Amino acid sequence: MDLNTLTIDAVRCAIAEGKTTATRLAESFYAKIEKEDQAIGAYLTISKDRAMAKAAQIDAMAAKGEKLQPLGGVPVGIKDVMVTRGVRTTAGSKVLKNFVPPYDCTAVARMEAAGAVVLGKMNCDEFAMGSSNENSAYKPVHNPRDLTRVPGGSSGGSAAAVASGMAVVTLGSDTGGSIRQPASFCGVVGLMPTYGRVSRYGLIAFASSLDHIGPLAKTVKDAAIVLGTIAGRDPMDSTSADLPVPDYVAELEKPVRSLKLGVAKEYFGEGLDREVRAAIEFAIQKLATLGCEIVPVSLPHTEYAIPTYYLVATAEASSNLARYDGVRYGHRAQSVRSLSDMYERTRDQGFGAEVKRRIMLGTYALSAGYYDAYYLKAQRVRTLLTRDFEEAFKMVDAIVTPTSPTAAFKLGEKTGNPLAMYLADIYTVTADLVGVPGISIPCGETREKLPIGLQILGRHFDEATILRLAHAYEQARKN
Amino acid sequence: MVTSPDTSVAARARYEPVIGLEVHVQLLTVTKIFCSCSTRFGEPPNTNVCPVCLGMPGALPVLNRKSVEFAVLAAMALNCRVNETSIFARKNYFYPDLPKGYQISQYDKPLAEFGFIEIKTNGGGSKKIGITRLHLEEDAGKSLHEGFPDAAEKTAIDLNRSGVPLIEIVSEPDISSPDEAYDYLTRLKEIILYTGVSDCNMEEGSLRCDANVSVRPRGQKQFGTKTEVKNVNSFRFIRQALEYEIERQIDVLEAGGMISQETRLYNANQGKTYAMRSKEQAHDYRYFPEPDLLPLVVDEKWKAQIAERLPELPEARRARMVREYGITEYDAGVLTATKNLADQFEEAAAAAKNPKRVANLVQSELLGRLKAKGLEIEQSPISMKGVALSADLVESGAISGKILKDLYDLCFERNQDFPAVYGKEKPQQITDSSAIEKMIDEVIAINPRQVEQYRAGKKTVMGFFVGQIMKATNGQANPKLVNDLLSKKLE
Ligand SMILES: [Zn+2]
Repeated sequence: MDLNTLTIDAVRCAIAEGKTTATRLAESFYAKIEKEDQAIGAYLTISKDRAMAKAAQIDAMAAKGEKLQPLGGVPVGIKDVMVTRGVRTTAGSKVLKNFVPPYDCTAVARMEAAGAVVLGKMNCDEFAMGSSNENSAYKPVHNPRDLTRVPGGSSGGSAAAVASGMAVVTLGSDTGGSIRQPASFCGVVGLMPTYGRVSRYGLIAFASSLDHIGPLAKTVKDAAIVLGTIAGRDPMDSTSADLPVPDYVAELEKPVRSLKLGVAKEYFGEGLDREVRAAIEFAIQKLATLGCEIVPVSLPHTEYAIPTYYLVATAEASSNLARYDGVRYGHRAQSVRSLSDMYERTRDQGFGAEVKRRIMLGTYALSAGYYDAYYLKAQRVRTLLTRDFEEAFKMVDAIVTPTSPTAAFKLGEKTGNPLAMYLADIYTVTADLVGVPGISIPCGETREKLPIGLQILGRHFDEATILRLAHAYEQARKN
Repeated sequence: MVTSPDTSVAARARYEPVIGLEVHVQLLTVTKIFCSCSTRFGEPPNTNVCPVCLGMPGALPVLNRKSVEFAVLAAMALNCRVNETSIFARKNYFYPDLPKGYQISQYDKPLAEFGFIEIKTNGGGSKKIGITRLHLEEDAGKSLHEGFPDAAEKTAIDLNRSGVPLIEIVSEPDISSPDEAYDYLTRLKEIILYTGVSDCNMEEGSLRCDANVSVRPRGQKQFGTKTEVKNVNSFRFIRQALEYEIERQIDVLEAGGMISQETRLYNANQGKTYAMRSKEQAHDYRYFPEPDLLPLVVDEKWKAQIAERLPELPEARRARMVREYGITEYDAGVLTATKNLADQFEEAAAAAKNPKRVANLVQSELLGRLKAKGLEIEQSPISMKGVALSADLVESGAISGKILKDLYDLCFERNQDFPAVYGKEKPQQITDSSAIEKMIDEVIAINPRQVEQYRAGKKTVMGFFVGQIMKATNGQANPKLVNDLLSKKLE
């Protein structure tokens, strides 16, 4: 069995037909991780006890002839920003180095309830802050397609594990592009659902109004299956929407003919790599041949998205990260002289440079005398960006853009220049600010064989349409 | 009262204090405001906690509807306008007993605004003290500095209280003396207690008060620089702290100094306020809307449902009781001191044969005895039910007024309720009709004039004869029997 190409359905078939067991499958994944993850660095923590217990349970059910659940026996990885009861959860930070949560993230619990076998916790940028996974306090992740390059971030470990066959699917989180950009860099599918579609309970907060949990997978269908598993109202998250969850897999097969696809010129401007542009334009042609109507649209406030994002996200982060104070859990500085000394040294020792930079930016943006000029203004621009999309979606069913202006860059290439790094998210942050769903799917390669991602953005709570388009494109590209 | 000796009466008279109060009231919900942990007081430390109220990574708040209903009820009782949409906000600051590093509160869009409380003034009139706002927020935990082994070197944190729902009630700076502050707080507490949303127990911290105080030369419109007085745990101490702080500010100004805007802690043992270290003062709370909670919407329908549960408030109840039971305003005040007492009284009165007699007995027999003994009505040996039983016994003629007085005395002597004492004593009533007949014959014999009057149609003379018999029997004759026999003999 080739673990590199294994999909959810393939796993379920193999177990149902008795060709393998969940236990044997989990063991072979662990063997592969042991062998290959040294070079990649996708996993931060292995949860073998929990995985083997779950696998045994699946096997017992299969032995009794029970129908396998939607993710029955499927080995999955969880980005280390989602808490797992009894399994160390670090958020890629030293401040949570030995933190073992007492409860499970809702999305993780739903994955397991659907039969998933959680292999371990995926490496990521510290508190999901980064676009290259180089901000992990533990180790960088290397792009499986070219080990000298970054996998993207912050869900770099989640993307790299799927790309290298060290998990069938993974969960990531997206605050400014952290699922879609690494999916694009590693050549896998990454889906950010609508804000409110998936509960954030148990997702370690970076920026609460922007954080989304979503799947990374090899195929659009796998992403659809996982979304169907984790979506839906959760009484533990007040911002989770009480809306019915469609059968996303069934929706995949509906025709895409005569769907209207928006192309916004603002996403094809300066800074877009020529090879990426060519691949995206080619992909748009392909969608046109499938019967989609291509419609030019305008999203005039796009240029303000990055500054707006870095005000809102850092402001919320500065507050969300206040709880890492050394009092109740996580790292605490030793031999301190006073309470403020304990706070200062705990946080100085516990947080990395990028996290500190963002806490300072956010604290500044919320400070008396600056709040109106920064935070409040950013929220107003957010409203304008939302209106851009509302206008566009009056005319089109989805919008297609590049996921990232470039393919994967080299490790160390941008670490000295935070602003250049921030621009890697230029095409992804707006969807987070507006709360609409977005998916990145592979659409070609550069001459250096680096994957390029096509982004499809949809209306609020209309994941079905972008999944359907992505699936149709994926199938067409195969043929 | 602690006064600075160097403040002359004349100097004090030149200044006018301006006081505003911020009162925190814990709501009596069963569970916390943003999680399902119990709010019970006095449990072992850190037992009523969960990921949410511990501020664990990834945990999210979910608003307790009951806490909203309680807050709205309090807002209505305080004459506030309840805003249809209010917004939760994060108040950011670091403190060990604040698990998330921020408190979820409300800031520029509070739950309710524009209320007032009416207080009585010295002249016998009344004055409205404005309520700027009433908002919902969560309580913090507690830092413990004693009561565990290494308390000398360490501080312990108990997070049982973290997330207990609070309302903060902020007054306008309409209060112009420590006495008014005291009255405002007394009224506020009384009203909140009536709504039943809090027990307002200051010792357990379910009611806490901070005061903003400044002084200005009489007649000046502009406010002086204010200080905030904290850490005061009784209404009496608040009055004292304010008295001290007003004197202190006048002293500073009279000496040509300036008041610095600061937070001061009250030390009840010394009766003085002390400035907190400046490092603990300068807070920029960096408020911003709480992204984890949706705006709170209290629509007209919900408001109407809550309004139905608004009880009759003390002021209105007192007026009605004066009207209904014919008691004095003062006694109505005593009987409505707590909702519980007023309810007990009214329940007992309603069940009695003659409700007015119950009120009369409370007024004429109970309150005087309590006063003589220096007891509050809550400490009375005779319950309202006891009063009602005694009223019924008098009403039916089973006991006389004289016996009732004796029994009440016994109740107070033995600290027992009326039914117990009555059951034990079973006052000896003379029900032997031949004995009473004998006495009646004697009374008729020595009062021929009254007998004539009666027979001439002046029936009211009957009272005189009854009185004579009761006197002769020391009040122990059965009044009904006396009446019957007298009527027969006199006809
Ligand atoms: Zn709790």
